Amino acid sequence: MAQETIVKDPFKTEEYMINMGPQHPATHGVLRLLLTIDGEIIKKVEPDLGFIHRSIEKMCERDSYQQIVHLTDRMDYLSSHINNEAVCLAVENALELEVPERVKVIRTIIGELTRIASHTLWWGVMGMDLGALTTYFYGFRDRELINDIFEETCGARLTMNYNIPGGLMFDIHPNFVQRTKDFVKHFKTKLPEYDQLLTGNIIFQKRMKGVGVLSKEDAISYGVSGPVARGSGVESDIRKIHPYSAFDRVNFKEPLYTTGDSFSRYKVRIDEMWESLSIIEQLIDNIPEGDYKVATKAVIKLPKGEFYQRVETARGELGVYINSDGKKNPYRVKFRSPGFSNLSALNHMAVGSKIGDLVAMMATLDLVVPDIDR
Amino acid sequence: MTNNELQTLIEPWFPNLEFSEEASQFLNITVPKEHLHELMLQLRNTPETQFDYLFCETGIDWGETLGVIYHLRSRKHGHEMVVKVHTSDRQNASIDTVCDIWRTAELHEREIHDLFGISFNNHPNMNVLILPENWEGYPLRKDYVDEINMIIR
Repeated sequence: MAQETIVKDPFKTEEYMINMGPQHPATHGVLRLLLTIDGEIIKKVEPDLGFIHRSIEKMCERDSYQQIVHLTDRMDYLSSHINNEAVCLAVENALELEVPERVKVIRTIIGELTRIASHTLWWGVMGMDLGALTTYFYGFRDRELINDIFEETCGARLTMNYNIPGGLMFDIHPNFVQRTKDFVKHFKTKLPEYDQLLTGNIIFQKRMKGVGVLSKEDAISYGVSGPVARGSGVESDIRKIHPYSAFDRVNFKEPLYTTGDSFSRYKVRIDEMWESLSIIEQLIDNIPEGDYKVATKAVIKLPKGEFYQRVETARGELGVYINSDGKKNPYRVKFRSPGFSNLSALNHMAVGSKIGDLVAMMATLDLVVPDIDR
Repeated sequence: MTNNELQTLIEPWFPNLEFSEEASQFLNITVPKEHLHELMLQLRNTPETQFDYLFCETGIDWGETLGVIYHLRSRKHGHEMVVKVHTSDRQNASIDTVCDIWRTAELHEREIHDLFGISFNNHPNMNVLILPENWEGYPLRKDYVDEINMIIR
């Protein structure tokens, strides 16, 4: 009887479920995806979050505004400086505090260095996800130089805590300008190597082109931002829409690709590194003299009201919503993290493709799990 | 559109809309929850408003009531706005979903459901997203007491 069934329907397949993560090398952190698959074709991707949820939003309700800054390092740890900046800008705007020009320029330069560091790490790790192990060493080699600059100026390599409400914790190191210039010069010779090594590789291109397509309409509906949105042709750069710090005085392009596949998201990030280098070059010789912070009260109390501040991290739009009732700690803080919204598009992108392509899609979404969980 | 123009346009759509610009950089509209879904649909579909991008959705505990705050942007017109909705039923809080209008709301609403205990009507999947399945209570509510990890200052 059983044999008869097999003969009648020799290619009968069944849907089944499989866990990807929480401990999986391609999820880069503790993210669990519940996959419904038929053979190797994905029918549904359901993310299960919370493995490293620390309830940062609840902790913020307990802490003072100076303390909140330190918590934001631990969200998207690859954009830690930019996360710090978001909270500092929110507090400064609420207090109507004008920070010195020097602070704005230094924040912008370090922010762009952070973006390059994040993208080099992404590039290395993405190559590794697709089996090109060499990229990992190239990416980390160049990122190391930026971390050394950070270490000298901020005292830390990853969670920098360099921003405080009112300015910077201390002035830049005397070597900062020279080392940054050296890095820019060095990286300009190395970035073309990235293209030579990976971008033109035919195996790489076949795995990226036409994979994980996200149309422009869907990108808007899913609220994606940053390089993921720009890969689908959606203009979403906060540095252009709502310029903060020194972005109003620099010239840079917002790279846009319209195909919406993994390859266009890849190209956006490569182009963004070139733009970041250009922004740094425009500012590094013209850091204004002056104070590196303005004095704030030891206990910061925001006026009653609601404050919303956005910045462009390496992953997209980070929003900080602060609801203050006039006390020394906020009534409610919400972080609109880019990774959380970008993740919501994953199911839509992945349905109908194979598990191997899902790895490529996740790599180009550039998910950082602490940023999703918060 | 400026905030005033937006207010003039939207005011006649539904009864009992409250407008406020006080202590906020956006125009705030508080809508009765029975009109929420219709208002949101109209905000996205009307050519003059065209709020096509929901960039933040926040749950909040006001003490007496629970609420949800929506931050909207129109990519075409460049204007931005905030919509707020309240529910006074803390036991069985429920608000209409907007994830059929902006699909990004699907994950945001599941997070709010976990942390605030607001359930969203017509949501395709209201399962637990962040918390363990046997978790009791709603951690981001103001009356939540975490007896194990309580920090007293």
